[in-house]
Amino acid sequence: MNFSEVFKQSNQLCKVSPDGIYLATCVQYRLVVRDVSTLQILHLYTCLDQISHMEWSSDSQFILCAMYKRGLVQVWSLDQPDWHCKIDEGSIGLVASRWSPDGRHILNTTEFHLRITVWSLCTKAVSYIKNPKACLKGIDFSRDGCYMALAERRDCKDYVCVFVCDDWHLLRHFETETQDLAGLEWSPNGCVLAVWDSCLEFNISAWHQHTAEAIFLYKTWLWPHHKNSEQYKVLLYSLDGRLLSTYSAYEWLLGVKCVAWSPSSQFLAIGSYDEKVRVLNHITWRKIAQFEHPATINNTKVVVYREVEKKSAAGNDELSLDNIRMGSTLLSSQSKYEIHPTPFQMPVVRPDPDRANPKIGVSTLAFSSDSRYLATKNDNMASVIWVWDVQKMSLEAVLEQTSPVRCFQWDPRRSRLAICTGNTKVYLWTPAGCISVQVPGDGGFQVQSLTWHCHGDPLILLGKEQLCLCYTNTGTEDK
Amino acid sequence: MSPSRPNNLVSLPPSSRNSFNLATVFCADDNVPQCVSYINQELSSLGLSSWMEASSAGGADLRAVPALNAFFELLQIRRRTVATLEELEREQLKKSSTLDHMQMSNSRLRDQLELSIREKSGLHETERQLQLKIKTLQSCLKTEKEEVQKLQSIVASRASQYSHDAKRKERESAKLKERLSQLLVDRRDKKLAIDMLNCLGRADGKRSHWKTTKVTASHEAQMYKSMLRDYEASQRSLMLENAELKKILQQMKKEMIHMLSPRQPACRGAGADDSQEMLDSDGEEKTGDSSREILDRSCDQAREQLTNSIRQQWRKLRSHMEKLDHQVQNQESNKEVIPRETHENEMESMRREVQQCKEFIHTQQQLLQQRLNASFDDETAELLNGCYTLEEKERLKEEWRLFEEQKRNFERERKYFTEAAIRLGREKKAFEEDRASWLKSQFLNMTPFANRSRCSSTDGYSTLSIRSEPETRTSSAKSQLSKSSNYTSFSTPETAPAQRATVPSTSELYRTLRLIPDSGSSGCSNRGRRRELSSTTDDERDSRVKAKNRVYSGDLSIFSLGEDENSRT
Repeated sequence: MNFSEVFKQSNQLCKVSPDGIYLATCVQYRLVVRDVSTLQILHLYTCLDQISHMEWSSDSQFILCAMYKRGLVQVWSLDQPDWHCKIDEGSIGLVASRWSPDGRHILNTTEFHLRITVWSLCTKAVSYIKNPKACLKGIDFSRDGCYMALAERRDCKDYVCVFVCDDWHLLRHFETETQDLAGLEWSPNGCVLAVWDSCLEFNISAWHQHTAEAIFLYKTWLWPHHKNSEQYKVLLYSLDGRLLSTYSAYEWLLGVKCVAWSPSSQFLAIGSYDEKVRVLNHITWRKIAQFEHPATINNTKVVVYREVEKKSAAGNDELSLDNIRMGSTLLSSQSKYEIHPTPFQMPVVRPDPDRANPKIGVSTLAFSSDSRYLATKNDNMASVIWVWDVQKMSLEAVLEQTSPVRCFQWDPRRSRLAICTGNTKVYLWTPAGCISVQVPGDGGFQVQSLTWHCHGDPLILLGKEQLCLCYTNTGTEDK
Repeated sequence: MSPSRPNNLVSLPPSSRNSFNLATVFCADDNVPQCVSYINQELSSLGLSSWMEASSAGGADLRAVPALNAFFELLQIRRRTVATLEELEREQLKKSSTLDHMQMSNSRLRDQLELSIREKSGLHETERQLQLKIKTLQSCLKTEKEEVQKLQSIVASRASQYSHDAKRKERESAKLKERLSQLLVDRRDKKLAIDMLNCLGRADGKRSHWKTTKVTASHEAQMYKSMLRDYEASQRSLMLENAELKKILQQMKKEMIHMLSPRQPACRGAGADDSQEMLDSDGEEKTGDSSREILDRSCDQAREQLTNSIRQQWRKLRSHMEKLDHQVQNQESNKEVIPRETHENEMESMRREVQQCKEFIHTQQQLLQQRLNASFDDETAELLNGCYTLEEKERLKEEWRLFEEQKRNFERERKYFTEAAIRLGREKKAFEEDRASWLKSQFLNMTPFANRSRCSSTDGYSTLSIRSEPETRTSSAKSQLSKSSNYTSFSTPETAPAQRATVPSTSELYRTLRLIPDSGSSGCSNRGRRRELSSTTDDERDSRVKAKNRVYSGDLSIFSLGEDENSRT
């Protein structure tokens, strides 16, 4: 495994172009475009202010840089370096900016979610979409880029608008059977739209937002008066707005925390606050599996990898000789994985009941690119990653890290999971085994986040203000 | 005795005493008889013998003895009465003390009773109080419950109110947003602008088109098309899956039928239900066949039929398996129990036997040892030695006899051989002469056909020479034999190949020469040859070999016997 030299970046803004050729990074108000293979700077653009968001267009020709504080968006072209475009949202403010799938339109969400402004780079035309719902995932484009689903809140009811991205024609507009829509997501084949309710109802969350503990209490005896309120609710709509199915696992408890489609569109995995993942199938939309996250693992077939930190080989004598030089390396002690025999007890953290959004339940879900594996993270066991075999619908492996997991991502080409925990190491899991790799760098390169290159290699590691590339396919490995 | 008398008596003395007091004396000179009679009376009333006769009224003749006796008796009585009086007094004292005690205890008990009564009333009081409290608490609870309900309803109403409020707020905020956006639009925000060097072409290179109904219709069409595509894809995959499953079902069914059919004849006699079952399955096979045809049309009915039949077959199979399991279990239980017992018994008996044998051997060894060590006197030794030497001698004699016989046989054989050799030599000589004469005549007669004659002659010659070469010792005999047997055919050269085929084997040669070495073989070296002998001689020889071998040492006999057995098998 090789590592590139360390580059600067800010706001963790570092993205590889969709065609995998360029690497764009933001350093304060500068945008640097490099060649991924040579890492040489190809272009350097200077924006008007510190960049808060950066995004490649789908054809890898343009880069959008948003400066939310200023309400500004600047677009740069790779082909024509002197071409420039500046969009000013004015006094209305800007909170989000994104490309449309065709790479010729920019969608800006204004402050207070007043509207979404659609700017066309072809005609300079501007159009507005009113009443977008302020929620975590209120907008989603279908994988083929044809349709956009948008959550809308109007008259205290949730609606979904389906737009044709080609000319922003409103194709469908329908009311959803949700109390407080929290998110929506197209299936990868673009034919089914999953919509889920928030873990709490809007009115109750406004009411008891300071006592999460009370939520559990109140729900038991207060909620029977509200027969129509359900927390755990996932609805599935077809492209033309027909309700295909509704799934609700339980009531009166905190509900859905995250939702993920399998790349094959066969499965919809739902992670919830009850520390379970439920997998729905795409034919009957019923639950076909339920993955629980118990604190003790008794199944002998599960491989439990446990990260063990070991002291560096250098003895005390050496330490006394050159204390200063050793200081940095001591901070980043070596670690390795050990296979733990199966009756295995997880480190469980009780969530603080006095705080909203208790740290419990499955918060992150990710299917591998071949839909073979599912990786999950349960928030009250933050240092543990669970890998499930989707074919067998059973637990495959458990990885216990020494510190809470920050981020994990599957290789887009292979069944390979990269994990980072905010320390100086990067971890890789494959069905064959598990490794922990120390990232070289002066003063310790603390990996905060990571992304795979779209071709599977290299892996881009993001520190607090640095980035480096990690090449997993070295010559020796290919042999 | 009347009880009034003592009263009188008692009553009398006071008066008398009084009178005595008055008169100071009871008896005076003048009233002695009265006194006497009185005293007599009194004494008799007391049950004492009266000491004064009434007759002796003289009065003067008081006899002293009876009087004294009476006096003494009176004194005695008095003492006794005094004692009893004392005793009674004491008793009375005791009684009074007990009475006191009783009274005291009685009072105490009364106190206790009062106390307990008081206590009881106190308890009653507390009970009453508690009941009162309970009542109040119950009422409290009721009120609390009511309050809770009230609160619940309040909470519920608040909840609804808040939700309404929230909705109103949301509406307000929506309105505000609306107004804000309206204001922004009205104000014509100058800053809201796009500043671009030049417009870009569309990503697909086409020109954008106007929004028309046609376009919207095309969008709809596009959407439905994509949906249709998806549905078709999913249907195709489902169909594929279905087909696969059906195939598997069919195969399963076929295999089940196949599995079930061979056992049917076996089960035919088993029972009524079995035969019934069989009939069912027969019927099913037919339906299965027919359903297979229907299957291709993939209608619900066919599917149902298939699944039903599969289910039935499966049930049957399962029952069959269960039956088999039962059978196996039964068999195992039957088989396993008995053989184990017998086996164990057998083992036990064998062990016992081995033990016995061991003991026997041990005793024998001991005896031998004893005989060798302790009681090794000359007599027994000589006796033993004598026994052994006798045995040895007999064995040697036997061997000697056998050896002699063998020797004789050898001699006879040698004689035969020499005779045969002589005869052979003579015949060879004659043959040589014959051949010479024949060759000469041939040479003289058929000079033009020299080639052919030479060929044939060499052929015949070579056969003879080659055949005779390996067996140098018997060559003479063989040539003799070949000559004797094929002599007539030898004159015609055409039969040369046939002649070659009929070259006699050694055994034949021996037979014709009557050179059967019935006693010539030494031990078992000529075993192979012996096999080739005629059956009668073989048997004879076998028996002889056996007899001979029996004479040899034990090891050899065992070996030869084993060999015999092998050869027989």
